[in-house]
Amino acid sequence: MELTIKDLDVSFIQGDREAHALRGINLTVGKGEIHSLVGESGSGKTVTSTCIMGLLPSPPVRINKGEIFLDDINLLSLSEEDQRKIRGMKIAMVFQEPAKYLNPTLKIGVQITESLILHLGMSKTAAEEKALDILTTVGLGGGKRILHSYPHELSGGMKQRAMIAIAISCNPLFLIADEPTTALDVTLQEQILELIMDLRNKLSMGTLFISHDLRVVHDISDRISVIYAGKIVENSSKTELFAHPMHPYSRLLLKSIPDAEKRGTRLVTIPGKVPDAENIPPGCAFHPRCPFAEDICKIEEPEMKEYQEGHSAACHFCGTGKIQ
Amino acid sequence: MKLFLFILKRFFRLVLTILIISTIIFFVIRVIPGDPALVVAGIDASNAEIQAIRVKLGTDVPVAVQYVRWMKKLVRFDFGTSLISNQPVMTLIKQRFPLTFSLALLGIFLGILIAIPLGVLSAVHRWSLWDYFGMVYSQLGMAIPSFWLGIILLLLFSVKFPIFPLFGSGSIKNLFLPAIALGFARAAVILRLTRASMVDELSKEYIITARAKGLTEKMIHYKHALKNALIPVVTVTGIQFGYMLGGAIIIEQVFSLPGLGRLFLFAIYQRDFPLIQGGVVFIAVIFSFTNFLVDMFYSFLNPKIRIS
Ligand SMILES: Nc1ncnc2c1ncn2[C@@H]1O[C@H](COP(=O)(O)OP(=O)(O)OP(=O)(O)O)[C@@H](O)[C@H]1O
Ligand SMILES: [Mg+2]
Repeated sequence: MELTIKDLDVSFIQGDREAHALRGINLTVGKGEIHSLVGESGSGKTVTSTCIMGLLPSPPVRINKGEIFLDDINLLSLSEEDQRKIRGMKIAMVFQEPAKYLNPTLKIGVQITESLILHLGMSKTAAEEKALDILTTVGLGGGKRILHSYPHELSGGMKQRAMIAIAISCNPLFLIADEPTTALDVTLQEQILELIMDLRNKLSMGTLFISHDLRVVHDISDRISVIYAGKIVENSSKTELFAHPMHPYSRLLLKSIPDAEKRGTRLVTIPGKVPDAENIPPGCAFHPRCPFAEDICKIEEPEMKEYQEGHSAACHFCGTGKIQ
Repeated sequence: MKLFLFILKRFFRLVLTILIISTIIFFVIRVIPGDPALVVAGIDASNAEIQAIRVKLGTDVPVAVQYVRWMKKLVRFDFGTSLISNQPVMTLIKQRFPLTFSLALLGIFLGILIAIPLGVLSAVHRWSLWDYFGMVYSQLGMAIPSFWLGIILLLLFSVKFPIFPLFGSGSIKNLFLPAIALGFARAAVILRLTRASMVDELSKEYIITARAKGLTEKMIHYKHALKNALIPVVTVTGIQFGYMLGGAIIIEQVFSLPGLGRLFLFAIYQRDFPLIQGGVVFIAVIFSFTNFLVDMFYSFLNPKIRIS
């Protein structure tokens, strides 16, 4: 299953105010690929993922243009009922804070089995059997006890595993993980990342992995897209991106990763912040923060161009040797 | 096991509350200036008569002794003897309680029957016709005094269209109109709370998860949100029920129902101190006990509470 987002353009409308959250997102996640979407807070990562899920409420959301395909299914043109049937069944999603995203008054078992019963028409007992398998898959073996636990009885890491168990219960073809490790400490973070890689291998799901932290995605990604102010500014394989970042924003993001050897040296942080979706600067949205910006950047928006096979960026000066 | 411990703890708290309340009531009544015996005896009574009443009231001995006696009796649910009817206070309460209990039960039942479905529908279909209806209802429910509603109901359904009896208290038919009059206002409160609570739950993150799982809207509303939304509703409903068990003085007057409210009202008119004292303790006990039951139900709804 391949997920393709074509020129997705989305706004939030409140009265006469318009927040232009996505400004033409293009993204392809191949079968069984882990594709990371990386950018600072407010860059449009969650809006992208909830749009794929068909979970953006309209109003206030207006989809200005664009298409999302899951193989040949045009997700945005489906009826609400058909979208619902795809959610949880073909595409599933894992969220950032499992403590909030699990229902506090339903047992974990119920929260896993209900999708099995609804989407796959399983009986309750069959669904519970299956749920035990799934719990083992996500590393929550000895599952009977877990099935009968309430979320608050589990630790943070276990909750996130339970959340993943819920997501993968119907063997989805595609998984969206929106910062699934941000709320966890470093050891747990690694365990969850390993689990996601493991699942990709076992279930050959395509995965859109969302993070604001390049460090986190380094080990697991096949490809990486860097998003800035609702637009993809660079897209390449992971190795290429880490070895030869092209866009000034990606380069700064990479520099802001603390290097294990140079511990104690100050992090490079990018001055300024992501523009408000209501006030996106003209020209290249990054120009106010860009160390290489020139007059053209303030006027003309750079197009995404492929500079090497499978490595594109949107910057006027990529490939000119000006960016060092 | 956890649940058992929780119940034990709550039960202990219940007993403690009752002890504290009855102690407070005991001292409050003693602190009020004036000798009850003088009040009861009237202005023309002789000293001997007053002394006799003191003995009867038990106020002839030091307060400490009175307190010990009071507590000893209390353990046996003995609230003393009514000055007016000379019957044990407990016997009088027992006679009246079933009526008040049935009335409260029917009232809260009718209240819930209106409030919860309407509150949920209002929250799920916000700004729909249901919601406007709910809003109008809760405004009316809070604005209309229950005695007025009671009188109107009587005039309409007992006098003009004699569907329900005007007098009597023997059957459920007698209780129906007063229960509506009582439940109408309660329902308004419960409805507003249900709507607010449901709206709040529907905006929580776990609802997004439920949507992401592809659940139907029905499942999202009634399986996921409702159980969480009912948690505060149960508490408030329980407290309302507790109040109603204390007797609905005005409604009992309007419908001439011989319930607890009227019993205590007349006790106050007639300065029947043991009955007043016993009545207050009884209401306090019933109220605490209702809260205890509400806690039990609450813990059933909210798994988190069982460990905290
Ligand atoms: N409900 C909303 N109403 C108005 N604007 C919104 C809404 N949700 C998001 N936005 C805007 O859309 C833009 C993208 O938000 P989004 O939540 O996708 O960011 P993000 O990349 O997920 O950030 P984070 O890392 O903080 O989760 C932001 O500028 C935000 O202000
Ligand atoms: Mg986000």
